[in-house]
Amino acid sequence: MSLIRFERVRKRLGGRDVLAGLDLAIEKGETFVLLGSSGSGKSVTLRHMIGLFRPDEGRVWIGDDCISEARGRELERIRRRFGMLFQNAALLQWMTVIENVALPLLEKTKLPESEAYEQALRRLELLGLADAVEKLPADLSGGMQKRVGLARAIVMDPEIILYDEPTSGLDPVTSRAIDRLIEDLRRRLGITSVVVTHDLHSALAIATRIGVIHQGRIVEVAAPRDFVRSENELVRSFLEAQYITRRGAWENREGTS
Amino acid sequence: MITREPDQFEPAINPLGELGRKVLLTARGAGRALIMLGHATLAIRHVFHRRNRRATMEQFFITGIKSLGVITIVALFTGMILALQTGLELRRFGREVNIGTAVTVSLVREMGPFMTGLIIAASVGSAMAAQLGTMVVSEEIAALEVMSIDPVRMLVMPRLVALTIMMPILTVYTNILGVVGGAIVGETQLGVSMRAYFDNARLYVTNRDLYVGLLKAIVFGISICTVACHQGFSTSQGAVGVGQATRRTVIISFLAVLVFGYMISRIFYK
Repeated sequence: MSLIRFERVRKRLGGRDVLAGLDLAIEKGETFVLLGSSGSGKSVTLRHMIGLFRPDEGRVWIGDDCISEARGRELERIRRRFGMLFQNAALLQWMTVIENVALPLLEKTKLPESEAYEQALRRLELLGLADAVEKLPADLSGGMQKRVGLARAIVMDPEIILYDEPTSGLDPVTSRAIDRLIEDLRRRLGITSVVVTHDLHSALAIATRIGVIHQGRIVEVAAPRDFVRSENELVRSFLEAQYITRRGAWENREGTS
Repeated sequence: MITREPDQFEPAINPLGELGRKVLLTARGAGRALIMLGHATLAIRHVFHRRNRRATMEQFFITGIKSLGVITIVALFTGMILALQTGLELRRFGREVNIGTAVTVSLVREMGPFMTGLIIAASVGSAMAAQLGTMVVSEEIAALEVMSIDPVRMLVMPRLVALTIMMPILTVYTNILGVVGGAIVGETQLGVSMRAYFDNARLYVTNRDLYVGLLKAIVFGISICTVACHQGFSTSQGAVGVGQATRRTVIISFLAVLVFGYMISRIFYK
């Protein structure tokens, strides 16, 4: 059974159907990339996954748990299975880097403070941030903030990590570094990842499968190898808009793996 | 949950429909603010946990110490103006010495909590709304909720505790400085000696005046915190939204200070 399942999810926001009966199944251990143009409903899909939004119709399942109907402690328990990296990292601005990363441990576990900071430091080292622990988020670059956000997302050892536009606003080199981190986490920790992006290069580099969302529905799901050869018109226009040809993209992927 | 889905409405059919919607939205906002207040009140049981204790002390510092400068000046001048105006009128009857009572009674009963409330609403309340609003816009509140960390306990409760306790303390401070300001004007401008002024002041001020004034201060503190945090959490639409939340916080808190001030006076002084 798939780890994350959307069953005919409908959501109306701002007078239009943002999700129009969306069906989706994401398997354990994969990196599923959700592609789509702005306003296609990909961020809304992500928010349904973690229970920030509730569907008007349909259900969202995380394993055996129905997150779309969970409330209170039940919702809290399901959310424990997740980590999430927000688009702008969403770090608390008045806390230092290490306080931000240790926060979930200090708030949600009974670990002594020293142990929590120790664990936070280990995650920061994993992401190459050992020098930045005492800095405030405002003193960090966008790429570093995202890495801190990622450290915070993995500090509770989640099964699933959701990434909301992890490479938006970053330069290409930093973007690829973030891609490598996502790939690394999947391989080393077996974490299931769901990535929302419109950076096709990133999608092709990290995805095990790519889903394209358009007008609130999934219109294509394919592995990167098949994705670049897709005949779907929307997919083609996406590929061409980012100068990826049937051959070129595949060679790119070979180059990074 | 603080993070909410954006509101969605069909366009209103006519002005009456628009009015009806506004009334309903206002009622809903008030309801949500009260629920948040209840939630924050329940969370006070966690105030002595180490992390909350630290956050609360920080809020005490922001509310109390950082506002002291402006409160000092406003309090002194309020007392001085009260003394000067009433003194000039009383001089016509040769009763300048009664400025002691006039200044003290009006400060303790009304002006002390009122001026303190306005200053705190404008400085601390607006800053609270702006900070929480910015946190909503930058998804920090959503991030807390995703981590199952309760934003009301973490952010609202320390502010509620700090404002509720600091408001009466600051009010007493305002009262004292105002009375002193009045004494200075009496001595220098109206020829009322300090001794006569303070003797006169003690004559008519009752304990009840003091308690009612402090009750007002507590109610103002709770209302300012509730309005500011609720407005901050209800922010939408980016930087513009933060500006609107701040503006609404100041307006609604001023109204709350005026209306609750009157109502409490009405109940205790019939």
